[in-house]
Amino acid sequence: MLKLPIYLDNNATTPLDPRVLEAMMPYLTEVFGNAASRNHPFGWAAEEAVDYAREQIAGLINCDPKEIIFTSGATESDNLGIKGVFEMYSQKGNHIITATTEHKAVLDTCKHIEKLGGRVTYLPVNAEGLISLEELEAAMTPETILVTIMYGNNETGTIQPIREIAQIAHKHGALFMTDGTQAVGKIPVDVIADGIDLMAFTAHKMYGPKGVGALYVRRKNPRVKVTAQMDGGGHERGMRSGTLNVPGIVGLGKACELAKQEMAADTARLSVMRDRLERELLTLEESYVNGSVEHRLPHVANISFKYVEGEGLMMGVKDLAVSSGSACTSASLEPSYVLKALGLSDDLAHSSLRFGLSRFTTDEQIDYAINHVKEAVTKLREMSPLWEMFKEGIDLNSIEWAEH
Amino acid sequence: MAYSDKVIDHYSNPRNVGTLDKSKKNVGTGLVGAPECGDVMRLQIEVDETTNTITDAKFKTFGCGSAIASSSLATEWLKGKTVDEALAIDNMEIVEELALPPVKIHCSVLAEDAIKSAINDYRVKNGLPELEVAKSHH
Repeated sequence: MLKLPIYLDNNATTPLDPRVLEAMMPYLTEVFGNAASRNHPFGWAAEEAVDYAREQIAGLINCDPKEIIFTSGATESDNLGIKGVFEMYSQKGNHIITATTEHKAVLDTCKHIEKLGGRVTYLPVNAEGLISLEELEAAMTPETILVTIMYGNNETGTIQPIREIAQIAHKHGALFMTDGTQAVGKIPVDVIADGIDLMAFTAHKMYGPKGVGALYVRRKNPRVKVTAQMDGGGHERGMRSGTLNVPGIVGLGKACELAKQEMAADTARLSVMRDRLERELLTLEESYVNGSVEHRLPHVANISFKYVEGEGLMMGVKDLAVSSGSACTSASLEPSYVLKALGLSDDLAHSSLRFGLSRFTTDEQIDYAINHVKEAVTKLREMSPLWEMFKEGIDLNSIEWAEH
Repeated sequence: MAYSDKVIDHYSNPRNVGTLDKSKKNVGTGLVGAPECGDVMRLQIEVDETTNTITDAKFKTFGCGSAIASSSLATEWLKGKTVDEALAIDNMEIVEELALPPVKIHCSVLAEDAIKSAINDYRVKNGLPELEVAKSHH
């Protein structure tokens, strides 16, 4: 029997894999030591577990275990990477390049940098959500210290040309950072082959626990340093103070190990399911995929259904846990800035649903989702004055809408 | 966001969804809101000209559940009312009936605007002066 509601919001967070929980359990109870306690076996056991997790993580992203700085999650990692580089390399320059579709953890950190006197370039994206390499190159200056572009987008799943971006950054003497939150554990990410100098990622997007993440900081070619953003005991090679979250770190490590083992199989299964979901939903008239179809995370689909409103649609698909490009609930009425950056009109951005599949998603759930969404869209369109006008061939842009 | 049972009921079983013949002289149509704001309501009334009573009301709404419920409720209330009685419907009555939270009050305002706009359309069609619509949203 199918259990409702069905969780298809895995870009927001994923469930904890039971195998990850199992690995964590001892560190929540009997192995409780502080990894920084050097004088007794309790501390040693904790440190050993943390070191093992570093190896598991390093194995996934192809780095040295020493290059992993543990944090509370991707937001902290983004903050530490950007602010830390800005402070550490202030002698060299004060210019940072990012993109308009980045997560708020990057965009708001960049806004903060601007307040501190830094200069930030926000690159636009094309209709597929990709930045232009030519525009990136043109934006590089001798003062550019950092280029930070996300690996895969959280709303659309669009994957940026990371290697090419890294090459351009390095050619001009800047560091390259990426927010790998949605990509790490889902697609192959190799910091050496990709040319990544810093990378933020988190456990809870890859079946690990919440509250733990990491910042990869390259140690050679070049040796990268970031200025700590919190003062304290000098943990994590002085870059991030605070007692290590040992059970969380063990969970992140195990999640990375599992991701490495199962990525190929997960990707093969999920992309087929995602494509089927998408193909079926696109049989509805006036429905559109948002973001690049070609360069995309395998488990994400973002679709707009024209002439229905996002929040109403969410209510209609109450048996599904999905996200909408409409943020009406926050009373702001602001549609997704990511979809708007792709050039979507407000109404199309409002009418979007984001589906994020997971390792635990089943074919039966996808079947249910397809029918449920189709029914809801059809019902809402029958109720929609805009759909009626469209069907009558009335150009909605020709109508003078009341100021609202 | 949690919706009240009444909002869910109107959303799931909307009353009076449909279209009246807007070319008829005794049909008034109100179209309010804007697609880019995420709310468009079209509310129509059919008026018995001899008694000045609303004999039928239909709506179509593009919007959230509260917007759909507000317009569905409005059509229920309009039927059988005289035009003057309909003009007296205040958005706060809709807020109370549907237990709308503060962030959804604009849905009720839109419904009130739609009622007044439909009545004005009817008035203009029948050679009556347009009424000042007091409320405006946002």
